[in-house]
Amino acid sequence: MHEVPSVRTYVTVWATLTILTFVTYYVAQIDLGPWNIVVALIIAFFKMSLVIFFFMNLKAESALTKLFAAGGFFWMILLLGQFFVDYVSRSWMPGGKMW
Amino acid sequence: MTESHGAVAEHSEHSPHLRHHFDSMEQQFDSATLGMWVFLLTEIMFFGGMFGAYTVYRSLYPDAFASTSLHMNPAFGAANTAVLIVSSLTMALAVRSARLGSQKAIQIFLILTMIFGIAFLVIKGFEYHEHWVDNKVPLFPTQWHHWDYSNDAEHPHQAQYAKQAQILFCFYFFMTGFHALHMLVGVGIMITILMMARRGIFSHQYFTPVEISGLYWHFVDIVWIFLFPLLYLIGNARKLI
Repeated sequence: MHEVPSVRTYVTVWATLTILTFVTYYVAQIDLGPWNIVVALIIAFFKMSLVIFFFMNLKAESALTKLFAAGGFFWMILLLGQFFVDYVSRSWMPGGKMW
Repeated sequence: MTESHGAVAEHSEHSPHLRHHFDSMEQQFDSATLGMWVFLLTEIMFFGGMFGAYTVYRSLYPDAFASTSLHMNPAFGAANTAVLIVSSLTMALAVRSARLGSQKAIQIFLILTMIFGIAFLVIKGFEYHEHWVDNKVPLFPTQWHHWDYSNDAEHPHQAQYAKQAQILFCFYFFMTGFHALHMLVGVGIMITILMMARRGIFSHQYFTPVEISGLYWHFVDIVWIFLFPLLYLIGNARKLI
């Protein structure tokens, strides 16, 4: 049906994922202050993209499937966004605190 | 999307796997894939709630969460990440073999995927056992004194964080626990797909069950890709310990 990706593609993706795992492990040992979590999440997002586009083969799926996958992340952003709108704005009230 | 679509559609009129409510094998495959993605979206929201709660508590108690690195063994986490990524590779190769219709290869790669999945659970089991022995399971109030570092000269910073660190461990056990549960289900799915593969029902025309099981397996892999840095590598660089 769809084009069949080559073994070389899969092995390359796997090697990249493994290298990135080592990178995320060693970067965590370096004190970057608040940037540690940022770097860790950027690497995690990149690894996720590799898995989604190559292992899950999203790039070869129909436009509708791609739309649904994007929709999932949109709703995830809404969920996390509402979490922060709630918790951050609590301290704006007089005498208010985060908890 | 290639020119081969038309050719497959013609042949598929004879495929015994084409359900009558679909026009073509292509349409049937796309529907199944879309359905699986919809299921995975509900899973994103399921784990998303836990990640959201984790983020709120981490922003409330950043130092306490960072202090938990003392209790974690990142070697377990790193090993499990490696094992899971290899299992995703073998799963992707199983799907590839199914698409090419090579019966033997499907079975070999499914068995390999299952072995790596079980290896993950075994490592996780050893890790849980270590937490249990170290009294790091925040389950029994009678054991909470193990979290009290107030008289511990080796860990002077731990005392003020002991209580809040238990919150991180609650997240740790819930998130990795649900992840392990998904792995267990995944191994069950692998067994089912393997039985189907042994009956030789998969071909280059019909490999949908292998494909959507692969989607599930890779999703569980993605959850771990986020769990590893968020739970194991929080405060490694900070000199709280």
